[in-house]
Amino acid sequence: MSFPWAKQYEPKHPVMQWVDNRLPLPRLVYGAIGGGYPVPRNLNYWWNFGVLAGAALAVQIITGVVLAMHYAANGAVAFDSVEHIMRDVNGGWFLRYAHANGASMFFIVVYIHIFRGLYYGSYKPPREMVWLLGVVIFLLMMATAFMGYVLPWGQMSFWGAQVITGFFSAIPLVGENIRIWLLGGYAPDNAALNRFFSLHYLLPFVIAGVIILHIWALHIPGSNNPEGVDVKGEQDTVPFHPYYTAKDGWGMGVFFLIFALLVFFAPNMLGHPDNYIPANPLSTPAHIVPEWYFWPFYAILRSFTADFILPAKLWGVLAMFGSILILFFLPWLDRSPVRSAKYRPAYRIAFWVLVVDVLLLGYVGGSEATPKFLILGQITAAYYFAHFLIIVPIISRIEKTRPLPNSITEAVLAKHDGHGATRDGAAVPAE
Amino acid sequence: MATVDNAVPPGESPEPFEDTVEDPRRRDYLAIGAVAFAGVGAGVIALPLINQMNPSADVLALSSTEVDLTSIQPGQAIKTSFRKQPLFVRNLTQKEIAEADAVPLSVLRDPQTLEERTKPGHKNWLITLGVCTHLGCVPLGAGEGEYRGPYGGYFCPCHGSEYDTAARIRQGPAPKNLFVPEYAFLSDTKVKVG
Repeated sequence: MSFPWAKQYEPKHPVMQWVDNRLPLPRLVYGAIGGGYPVPRNLNYWWNFGVLAGAALAVQIITGVVLAMHYAANGAVAFDSVEHIMRDVNGGWFLRYAHANGASMFFIVVYIHIFRGLYYGSYKPPREMVWLLGVVIFLLMMATAFMGYVLPWGQMSFWGAQVITGFFSAIPLVGENIRIWLLGGYAPDNAALNRFFSLHYLLPFVIAGVIILHIWALHIPGSNNPEGVDVKGEQDTVPFHPYYTAKDGWGMGVFFLIFALLVFFAPNMLGHPDNYIPANPLSTPAHIVPEWYFWPFYAILRSFTADFILPAKLWGVLAMFGSILILFFLPWLDRSPVRSAKYRPAYRIAFWVLVVDVLLLGYVGGSEATPKFLILGQITAAYYFAHFLIIVPIISRIEKTRPLPNSITEAVLAKHDGHGATRDGAAVPAE
Repeated sequence: MATVDNAVPPGESPEPFEDTVEDPRRRDYLAIGAVAFAGVGAGVIALPLINQMNPSADVLALSSTEVDLTSIQPGQAIKTSFRKQPLFVRNLTQKEIAEADAVPLSVLRDPQTLEERTKPGHKNWLITLGVCTHLGCVPLGAGEGEYRGPYGGYFCPCHGSEYDTAARIRQGPAPKNLFVPEYAFLSDTKVKVG
């Protein structure tokens, strides 16, 4: 895979030669994330976030496996076992805060990673499969995060499980039976808690597997880049190691710095105080909110209030799942041959409006459902779908794109000349 | 059985290939049959794996509850538990019954009369699950001093569904009335739910 000028793995040490002849695992690593993987020379810091997502997953798996050594998935003791971790287990508070905030870090990094893909057209041919697998990873992450949030068995855990499994009861005819089957009872209880724990332990490894496919699919065409033009020759690339291992390593330092600030100085900032109250099936908290990373989707769910052919509840659930499933179709909704928004003036505006729209959706989703927020949620939810189904397809047809540079190297050198002029003198870097 | 005269079964002769090979050949039958057998077997094995997620015997064993009504005064409601879900038992006042009866069925999202939602001769006893039909929160209104919403029945704080004095949905996102479980009066002061 990759480019013809990719360096081959040539082990010097006889032991490594012996291993390579029998199990070419070092060769695989060298070609995937070592000197054998040529990468466009112009990647900016937005390209750090894939590696950061991998680091966040590693943090979650390591802290999670350790937490599972002390946690008990039984409705009678689950809440107490989490407090036991917080108070009695040596360093348990650190592990649990790292795991809880690690989920937030994972999502923020992945959201930036997704928006980077949207801005630079990384979902376009020939990288559609990379994008599709990425959406699968995102869905798996959401399922994993939801089930993990149920495990402490606090009020938000319990009522989150009640509300989210309630989505399935919106399905006509069989919905209620599906919900009972998923929960193993009529309301969340031991059976549900146990299966959520089992699946919460399993899914991260499934995510790791899909990430391998994601990277595999990426390495067939190679990485996209901020110019969005194809690599033309060896002068356009540098080896992944040491160039991007160093750049990613620096980003990783910043990532862990922010992570540490959260864990050590504001460990409960992103959580909800109601989850420190043990689950009570007879009393609903006044204001049920999911974790912040689900707020935009929660806002879409709540924005349907009137029946229209189908019940409002079913519309809400369909729209919420649809808002993610629509991403699977993006490579075919946006037919513009130009990848990078740097050369797509109209798409660039639509992109930033979408960013603001999703932030507003998140704000609405985290607020109480007052009429004012309801209207704002309905407008922003409608715009979200309009962006993908109307605005992007139209822009991709009528937009007059800027002239692309002839190569990555030309664009890089033009930038460093200081005038931003390319050979035809037309393209000016957008920033 | 193959004999010397007929060493190769009909349709299996290797030459001339195109002329005599029948499609499907006998070994295709064997292959399809064997794989189909294994496939059916795999499908059957999936059944217990799916079925184990259904409510277990101990969960189902909790499926009936007896409630003593003697201490519930008119206008009062209690919250108890049925199949680990909240159960509202409410003693309606004459005014609340009249309010419920005054509503024309045409304005209801899920049209039902109070008679249909109670037992004959016990029209004042409104017994429903305390599970909002929207997304399963517990509505307010059964506890002492809780807000009962503009229709005087129940009010769900999660997404603002409003129920009337017959626990019928009137406003908000919930699609159905509060569910009336199966129950029977054992005596005038005792009901068995489930």
